[in-house]
Amino acid sequence: MKILVAIKQVPMRDSQLRIAPSARWIDEDALNFEINEPDAYALEEALQLKEKHGGEVVVLCAGPERAGQTIREALAKGADRAIHLELDLNSLDTLGMARLLAHACAAEKADLILTGLQSDDLGSGQTGVVMAELMGVAHSTIIMQVEVNGSTLRVKRELENGWFQHIEMPLPAVLTIQSGLNKLRYATLMGIKKAKNKEVKKLTATELGGMPAAVVWTDKIYAPHKSKQSQIFEGDAKTAATQLVEKLKFEARVF
Amino acid sequence: MILVILEQQSERQNSQWHRMSWETLAAGQQLAAQLGVGLQAAVLGKSNSALLAELASKKIGHIWNVEHDLLERYTADGYASACQQLVEKIKPSVVLFPHTYQVRDFAPKLATRFSQVLISDVISARLDAGALVYVRQFFQGKLSGDIRANGTGPHFASIQAGAFRADALETSATAAPSEVFSPVMDATMIRQRPEAPFREAARAVDLTTAEIIVSVGRGIKEQSNIPVVEELAKALGAELAASRPICDAGWLPMERQVGSSGQTVAPKMYVAVGISGAIQHLVGMKGAKTIVAINKDANAPIFEVADYGIVGDLFEVVPALVDAVNKAKS
Repeated sequence: MKILVAIKQVPMRDSQLRIAPSARWIDEDALNFEINEPDAYALEEALQLKEKHGGEVVVLCAGPERAGQTIREALAKGADRAIHLELDLNSLDTLGMARLLAHACAAEKADLILTGLQSDDLGSGQTGVVMAELMGVAHSTIIMQVEVNGSTLRVKRELENGWFQHIEMPLPAVLTIQSGLNKLRYATLMGIKKAKNKEVKKLTATELGGMPAAVVWTDKIYAPHKSKQSQIFEGDAKTAATQLVEKLKFEARVF
Repeated sequence: MILVILEQQSERQNSQWHRMSWETLAAGQQLAAQLGVGLQAAVLGKSNSALLAELASKKIGHIWNVEHDLLERYTADGYASACQQLVEKIKPSVVLFPHTYQVRDFAPKLATRFSQVLISDVISARLDAGALVYVRQFFQGKLSGDIRANGTGPHFASIQAGAFRADALETSATAAPSEVFSPVMDATMIRQRPEAPFREAARAVDLTTAEIIVSVGRGIKEQSNIPVVEELAKALGAELAASRPICDAGWLPMERQVGSSGQTVAPKMYVAVGISGAIQHLVGMKGAKTIVAINKDANAPIFEVADYGIVGDLFEVVPALVDAVNKAKS
């Protein structure tokens, strides 16, 4: 079976974020980037499905040139080849992004398309669902388990408050994957070496029908407004801890 | 007109309202008042009559009771189709949803059918020079942003848990009028075959009854460091809990997970150690009476809900805190 995995490169988790002078987005210059965490689980799931059923894993990634690094890492982990939509994501909304991705997918005729349930930067959580709608295939979200039986798919979907549900649907389909459904592998030395010779096909927006116009956009970003007045203790650990315990005992009266 | 699509508890069919339905309805009332437009609400299911009485007591212009046999159990295809037909019929300018797992599954699909983008996880909205501005978070709550949508509409937006207060909901002495809407659907349109919802296993740990909870997140770095926070839990007489990544990694059992996919707790005191405070975690604990946060990042969203905080290295702060607690208790 042919599995496509849509991944995104995002700023590293503990990055100190600075707002760009335009206030439209963050200043990306000094940042390091990595694969979006739920996408890493989607990739792992694809690799495991390939090990079980055979076939091919193709990585699909939209982003500027720097995303090439994340693509190489995915190839080093075992993906067979990649498609890089080399473009600046900032002027795209979810629908535009999904249009370009769906366009790139169409030629591949994949049996299954996996992606993370949301990105750690934008967090809109819908690219996979919108792709499915544009491609006219079934989908399900927040998936914790994937079983392929011939031309049907049986998945375990996470509901709220510790509930789950199994759902069956026909292939082809799009699934958005929840973090933690499998154990991530590391790239081996051999894998890293092999990745250097794997195909990365570059596509531009022009080749995918042009850059779509946005229907929603971010006007400006800013530090969140605090809803609560908190007392913060700083300085050395011992002093801060003593001050905190004083407050907990005499003000909050928790013990 | 604003249309609010309400939700039933997805795990227990046709029995009760999802609590976020009321928060979203409150958001709808406030936004409709600001815009000077009407408010309508819709509920989807096979047979919803038992739910309508409570809904009719709220201040709503019109209730759409969307009923069809194929809506008995939630499916993305079924819900998107039924909502699409209702939106096409009544032509709202704004459609609001609670930002639940279910809405995340079908609302983006619905918005796409109108060539729109769902503005998801909205924390507030305001009118600015005649146009609506929606506020949502980025980077798991580290930044906020103002979102605008183009004029043609309808806008689709989902409201974050806890962003609006259900107790701010206005009621009405006269029952809101309701009308049945029967979407045209057949079984071939629905590709998903859902089975009955289930729970993994009976929970051995009930965090909801704990008076004090010490909860640990990614900042703990390795499984072998878990005893650092266990010591603090012991000193405080607290239950140990964790954010999702810790349970995903298997460092603590899933039954100790707090957040939207785990347990929702409201203890006397909640101590968040090395937890950045993504919204999925905050919805599970922000009802705690006193919240203490220990984190090395002063900008971590957890400090927005904390009453008390220490910015510092947890591996220095937590042992110092254990000493201070033991001293204070002796």
